[in-house]
Amino acid sequence: MNSAALLSNLFNSLSLASILLLIALGLAITFGLMRVINMAHGEFIMAGAYSAYVMQNLFGARGANWAFLAAIPFAFVVTAAMGWVLEATVIRRLYGRPLDTLLATWGISLMLQQGARSIFGPQGKSIQAPAWLDGTITLGALVMPYNRLFIMALSIACLVGMWAFLYRSNAGRRIQATMQNREMASCLGISTRRVDALAFSVGSGLAGVAGCALTLLSSIDSNVGTKYIVDSFMVVVLGGVGQLAGAFAGAIGMGFLNTGWEYETTASLGKVLTFACIIVFLQWRPAGIISSRSRALD
Amino acid sequence: MAAEQSSSVGQVAAPALLAPQPALRRIPWLRWAATLLLIAALLIAPMVLSEFRLGLLARFLTYAIVALGLDLIWGYTGILSLGHGVFFGLGAYCTAMYLKLEATAGKMPDFMAWSGVDDMPFWWKPFRYAWFAIPASILIPMLLGAILGYAAFRNRIKGVFFSILSQALALVMVTLFIGQQGYTGGTNGMTNFKTFLGQDLNSDHVGHLLYWVTAVILIGVYFGCRGLVNSKVGKILVAIRDGENRARFIGYDPVAYQTFVYALSAGLAGLAGMLFVMQEGLITPTKMDILMSIKMVLWVAIGGRATLFGAMLGAIVVNSGENLLSEKYPETWSYMLGASFLAVVLFLPQGIVGWVMGIPRSPLWKKFAKSSEATP
Repeated sequence: MNSAALLSNLFNSLSLASILLLIALGLAITFGLMRVINMAHGEFIMAGAYSAYVMQNLFGARGANWAFLAAIPFAFVVTAAMGWVLEATVIRRLYGRPLDTLLATWGISLMLQQGARSIFGPQGKSIQAPAWLDGTITLGALVMPYNRLFIMALSIACLVGMWAFLYRSNAGRRIQATMQNREMASCLGISTRRVDALAFSVGSGLAGVAGCALTLLSSIDSNVGTKYIVDSFMVVVLGGVGQLAGAFAGAIGMGFLNTGWEYETTASLGKVLTFACIIVFLQWRPAGIISSRSRALD
Repeated sequence: MAAEQSSSVGQVAAPALLAPQPALRRIPWLRWAATLLLIAALLIAPMVLSEFRLGLLARFLTYAIVALGLDLIWGYTGILSLGHGVFFGLGAYCTAMYLKLEATAGKMPDFMAWSGVDDMPFWWKPFRYAWFAIPASILIPMLLGAILGYAAFRNRIKGVFFSILSQALALVMVTLFIGQQGYTGGTNGMTNFKTFLGQDLNSDHVGHLLYWVTAVILIGVYFGCRGLVNSKVGKILVAIRDGENRARFIGYDPVAYQTFVYALSAGLAGLAGMLFVMQEGLITPTKMDILMSIKMVLWVAIGGRATLFGAMLGAIVVNSGENLLSEKYPETWSYMLGASFLAVVLFLPQGIVGWVMGIPRSPLWKKFAKSSEATP
């Protein structure tokens, strides 16, 4: 590998890692913190992507430059609301039954996919990227498209935002308190139900933001969520549950593994080798890259 | 973040794999009656069903074999595998390789040439022989299951973590099979089979024969599984499901039991795949993808997990339903599939069989039973 290929691989790895991080951030909360396994997370990503499409149609051709910026908060609100409804109707009844939650939310994801097909049609919809994201920066042999750089910046912003929310705000502290010791938090006057709802909607809202970002890369259809859901769960498993740093480490790990193997072999073999590497890695650290120590048995 | 963070997550109770339901009361005659009814139905089916419908039923019976295996690992051992389609697919592909080579009389299959492969790879060659391909259809899935299961269970990767890993396995294998078009036939898979052991696969006679073979194997597997769950091993499996650490402290090695059952259920899926591909005459990666794998879980869930009869029944009922409904209403079928997942988890956690067995306990039934006792 010469230095130009090395640089472009490095950039591609970081770019893939930023996409995975953006998608896995929401899961780091719903799965990592709350231990709710939400298979409909992928469809929340899809909903975020379609929100961008709706926004583009609302703004029309003249507002195309601003539609995308408006779509990000809009997608967050839409998917956070969807998450809130899902928590209140289904997930709340299934706390403590993780495998049942998995099956129920998978049923929801099927219905949401079919819903999207019924509303938007089976064809892929392409979203026009704003003009200010067209173009590239060239540094020697390295070509960096603006949209990739934008996704990196967005995922870093989301990471920092989530960090500030979880570790520095009162609401975030209440979430942590509840997830660490539910009874004690409840005794201290925290409404744990409301905390559950809040945490789940924030996690779902992040999926919407990720969906918006994905529209910059390719056209979207009702299967966009299924493409990413398994990878993003793997990011959380690889990184370690319970902390944002885990999602970050997992995304970087997956990004480099995947890009590296794909460069060395083919796209399909690269996936197999990445999976094998993760299995081997879990032999060494079953709880993921960043794990909190615990003497608990389960 | 506090150190004991990861310990506090099972907030509600210890991780309950099954819904905390009271143990179902055993109704001894009901199980025998149901089994005999099923056998009778299997005997009558060839007389009343058309060739086409009988072929469909035979395929559903292979699915029932998968469901039995899946029930052993999920219902009895508490490990939810979302990648069982892989084992089914591997079994089917192994047999398909044999059927393909028999159709080409040992020459390189056509799809390899189309994909620019010049020579048949060495690992294709042994599949020319039935004595290799048929056992391989069962043993290769078992081997993969044993390796993956051992690697995961040894590190106590379980619950949803194992489910995610097994789902990733399905994704990875499908990507691999589509990507390696020259060796697997890619998206189109393998088809155009002619004979099996010299018998014409497309004749009605062989269709009937395959139905009988499948039915006999299914009943045999059912009684075998029942023997297993009623044996001491079966009791230990349930003990591991309900309290893995307690079983460990008593002195059993859960890893060995879990790996054994996972490999066994993978082998059953491979066996089913082998029978399936002979009847379907086609195998594509969609038969091993995530959707297929999770559908398999749905069969067990709807029929009734932790009851072998339920798993078998679920596979047959759900597939018959899918076949009837998805022909007529392809759009609504996705909604119904999704809704049935929700409904079975929220309202019928023990499936059809659990619901039937629960009837004698329901207040309405007790009232009815009392009043009928009081009248004479």
